[in-house]
Amino acid sequence: MTEFNYVIVDKQGIHARPAGQFVKEAASFPCEVHIAKGGKEVDAKRILGVMGLGAKCGDTITVKTNGEQEAEAAEHLRKFLEENL
Amino acid sequence: MILQGKSVFGGIAVGKLALYRKRDDQVKRKKISDVEAEIRRFEKARKQAKEQLGTLYEKALKEVGEVNAMIFEVHQMMLDDLDYIESITNMIRTQGVNAEFAAATAGDNFSQMFAAMEDDYMRERAADVRDISNRLIAVLQGTASGGIDGEEPVILLADDLAPSETVQLDKSRVLSFVTRGGSTNSHTAILARTMNIPALIGVDFFGSGSKRQDETSAEEDRFAEDGWPDWDGKTGIVDGYTGKLYIEPDEKTLSEYRAKKEADEQKRRLLQELKGKANVTSDGREINLYANIGSVSDAAGALANDAGGIGLFRSEFLYLEAEDYPGEEVQFAAYKTVAENMAGKKVIIRTLDIGADKQADYFGLAREDNPAMGYRAIRICLERRDIFKTQLRAIYRASYYGTISIMFPMIISVGEVRQIKEIIAEVKAELNAEGFLYRDCELGIMIETPAAVMISELLAREVDFFSVGTNDLTQYTLAIDRQNPKLDNIYDSHHEAILRMIRMVVENGHKENCWVGICGELGADTTLTETFIRMGIDELSVTPSMILPVRDAIRKSRAFSQDFAR
Repeated sequence: MTEFNYVIVDKQGIHARPAGQFVKEAASFPCEVHIAKGGKEVDAKRILGVMGLGAKCGDTITVKTNGEQEAEAAEHLRKFLEENL
Repeated sequence: MILQGKSVFGGIAVGKLALYRKRDDQVKRKKISDVEAEIRRFEKARKQAKEQLGTLYEKALKEVGEVNAMIFEVHQMMLDDLDYIESITNMIRTQGVNAEFAAATAGDNFSQMFAAMEDDYMRERAADVRDISNRLIAVLQGTASGGIDGEEPVILLADDLAPSETVQLDKSRVLSFVTRGGSTNSHTAILARTMNIPALIGVDFFGSGSKRQDETSAEEDRFAEDGWPDWDGKTGIVDGYTGKLYIEPDEKTLSEYRAKKEADEQKRRLLQELKGKANVTSDGREINLYANIGSVSDAAGALANDAGGIGLFRSEFLYLEAEDYPGEEVQFAAYKTVAENMAGKKVIIRTLDIGADKQADYFGLAREDNPAMGYRAIRICLERRDIFKTQLRAIYRASYYGTISIMFPMIISVGEVRQIKEIIAEVKAELNAEGFLYRDCELGIMIETPAAVMISELLAREVDFFSVGTNDLTQYTLAIDRQNPKLDNIYDSHHEAILRMIRMVVENGHKENCWVGICGELGADTTLTETFIRMGIDELSVTPSMILPVRDAIRKSRAFSQDFAR
């Protein structure tokens, strides 16, 4: 398993549109992808769960990838977060 | 009858009211026998709903742009969400219920999850989940979605509008949106802003709790059978400036609003037609047309009105809003933000112009008998160098993030300009030593004293530009206190003395390669635009709302009279 932490800097937090984009990016990898925030963990390939995390500006989220291409997925998602959130 | 709501977009609409009733979405729970067949029915409906959303996305993309259309893509993803799908199929499988009921229940559950969240924006997303469930149900039941009947454009009153409902509406038939629920983040509000039509939210048209302002209509409103007020087809007015909704207004109100709306529309047509066009006379001379602003947030208005730059950024707000001298970082942040927002366009910052009618207690300025001619502006700055240097350091540091010019107010002598330049040299040396990055800024002065006009030839050798402050220049030249109403009848803003002074300043400036603009109120006087252009003025800086009217005047002007051109 590969994991990393990321602090949301976007003022709006993970809202509908960026959540949609994130889910799309996550779904493009074969491995499992989960996001955790404050003890709650959701499947990053499911948009309602990702939106339901309610991650706001300043929140730390943990992205975990597990399985085939997990390292690439983690790297790619980290980049995505840095560029968009 | 007048109801009060909250405006989310300004403007006036006058027209027939139409109440948007949602279809009866009462979903009945039914027992089904063939579970697998019901799941197949659900899957088929889900596929169809996604196709509908794809079509809506394409439609919205054309009508309201990618950012606003994206929501339908998000809806498609929600329909693909395994949590959502599983919650529906599990319910069908374990409870043997119909797909409609399962979809409605799943929609309620997920929307409750969002409704319980802290964040306002997320709470709004509860409507999205309900929306996709309603879409599924509509497909399953084979019913079409609601819309507007008839051909005449209407003021649409609704409880709240889901995104799919707003995009399905024929927008050429909507004059205004009025909703009972919603927030400034709701789709209706966003859509209204995109469509440029007035919209109100939070208008309680069911009567209870509404702030009725017109108590004369004592009789009970008639309500239709379904509990909605009986207003369909009645005349209404939406005032997007005050947030008021008028139901069946009297003739006088109606004609007043028709006139307001006409004036509004004329202004808008002017704006629309002139956006993106050059500030060029009919015979080809181009003028720079900039905006005067007095705060950081004003820059948005300048850009929205197509300003070519900021011709006068009054820095006083930083001092007047504060309890104590604003520090370098606060000022740096403000100047940098404006420079960045203007994205490379020129931003002319005028240094502190305090004193006279603009006072801040902490400066401890003594009362004066004649403050307009007293201790103010550059006179304070050259004495209180600490204050002046703080501001200059902030401006130079911000200069790295855009194109900043600096302008100094109330200049009467060459000596003052030279002192300023010495201080600037010190500031630059300090910044160099501390490793701050900055760019070289164009330096200019306000021409607002008769003295500056008379020695403009000498001053032009010292600076890069002049900006004529016509308000003070007129007051000093005509010896008329503008605050004194007794003198109104002899105050003549078009006085020949002022026009000749401006001409003199332009000629003297140009001799020394110094460009000349006007940033006083006279610059926005469209009856003088052609006169200024013929004098050779290079720039006009006006309040943001006057940019397009002045552009119009420029485009109708000729830089040379016909005879001269021949």
